[in-house]
Amino acid sequence: MAGKPKLHYTRGRGKMESIRWLLAAAGVEFEEEFIETKEDLEKLRNDGSLLFQQVPMVEIDGMKMVQTRAILSYIAAKYNLYGKDLKERAWIDMYVEGTTDLMGMIMYLPFQPADTREKNLALMIERATTRYFPVYEKALKDHGHDYLVGNKLSWADIHLLEAILMAEECKPDILSAFPLLQAFKGRTSNIPTIKKFLQPGSQRKPPIDENFVAIVRKIFNI
Amino acid sequence: MSGKPKLHYFNGRGRMESIRWLLAAAGVEFEECFLETKDDLTKLQKDGSLLFQQVPMVEIDGMKMVQSRAISNYIATKYNLYGKDLKERALIDMYVEAIIDLNELLMTHTFQPADKKEQHFATIVDKATNRYFPVYEKVLKDHGQDFLVGNQFSRADVQLLETLLMAEECKPDILAKFPLLQSFKARISNIPTIKKFLQPGSQRKPPLQEKDVPKLMKIFH
Repeated sequence: MAGKPKLHYTRGRGKMESIRWLLAAAGVEFEEEFIETKEDLEKLRNDGSLLFQQVPMVEIDGMKMVQTRAILSYIAAKYNLYGKDLKERAWIDMYVEGTTDLMGMIMYLPFQPADTREKNLALMIERATTRYFPVYEKALKDHGHDYLVGNKLSWADIHLLEAILMAEECKPDILSAFPLLQAFKGRTSNIPTIKKFLQPGSQRKPPIDENFVAIVRKIFNI
Repeated sequence: MSGKPKLHYFNGRGRMESIRWLLAAAGVEFEECFLETKDDLTKLQKDGSLLFQQVPMVEIDGMKMVQSRAISNYIATKYNLYGKDLKERALIDMYVEAIIDLNELLMTHTFQPADKKEQHFATIVDKATNRYFPVYEKVLKDHGQDFLVGNQFSRADVQLLETLLMAEECKPDILAKFPLLQSFKARISNIPTIKKFLQPGSQRKPPLQEKDVPKLMKIFH
């Protein structure tokens, strides 16, 4: 049954944000149903909509898909953002796993106590600038193309842009040693579908604030 | 340059074990290079072999692949263990991702501090028996087939078996309420390549013992 994909999650970024990015970059319109309270989550659980009792959940092509990576892989493959063959897929997977690890370090910072948060923020910055960004900078340098894999826009590029912007929110000059990533950021942000997503009023979600942390804790009991 | 895949990791399960299972299930012979000391890891990092300075790393088909999911995805696709189309792939991915979540809980149990171990154990049993196993039991019940997806052997079956066995190591009667998972376990264990992998002397690794934890910490920290 066709129709727009429908996303079930809280009103925040969390694990759903990468999915929003990918759909937006692919030019796919989507609807969102927000979980505002613990009861909303319970209702979804009780009506059997969540295979493993968890969100994200995306209603797409007659399925109620769960598990972030499963959803992302499906969207990437469906909209031709997953490379042209197995080897390109392998590279895209490796790059995406790297940016997933990096964004994972950023995502949970607001939920940590202040002293742990400071330590982990420093660790994230160190990892970003010594472990992750150098890899993508080198990839772009080595082949001189606009995109990370196969000279074509893929999930890896979209995910990297998302990670760069998130990292810059933590430290605005975090790309200072990475000229090619700066150019990549400028270029990729200008792709029409992505440019649209980056404008105010889009379905892109803002960084989490303290109030929202409290709401999320209540909903998920964490 | 062809040749057997070569796995770089420490001599234990960790994040490499699922890859060993998958290769073995596919009937692919592989070699292993074990990290015994921190210097072994540093050497790999320094010679540029590790894209993100981390293991697992698998040399396969001319690539030095890292990131366990990327590696598993590649192997599964190459050896036709990833379903026949996008929708079957989606189901396999959903099942496998949840199995990975449960594996993570099982894997980290040995590393829990003494005062947290009991509660962690309770969490494992709760999640396994209330959240995860019922899903796979129901899948098998609903379609009545031997395999989880598309009536064909896939990575989802391999990884579920791996996890069922690991969960039983934690609590031997953990499958008591799941008759279809019990028969699934027996059936998949009997597939020739898997049966071979389950025999002593294979490249399957034993569970991590507490006494091995300090050595591991030395390599990775």
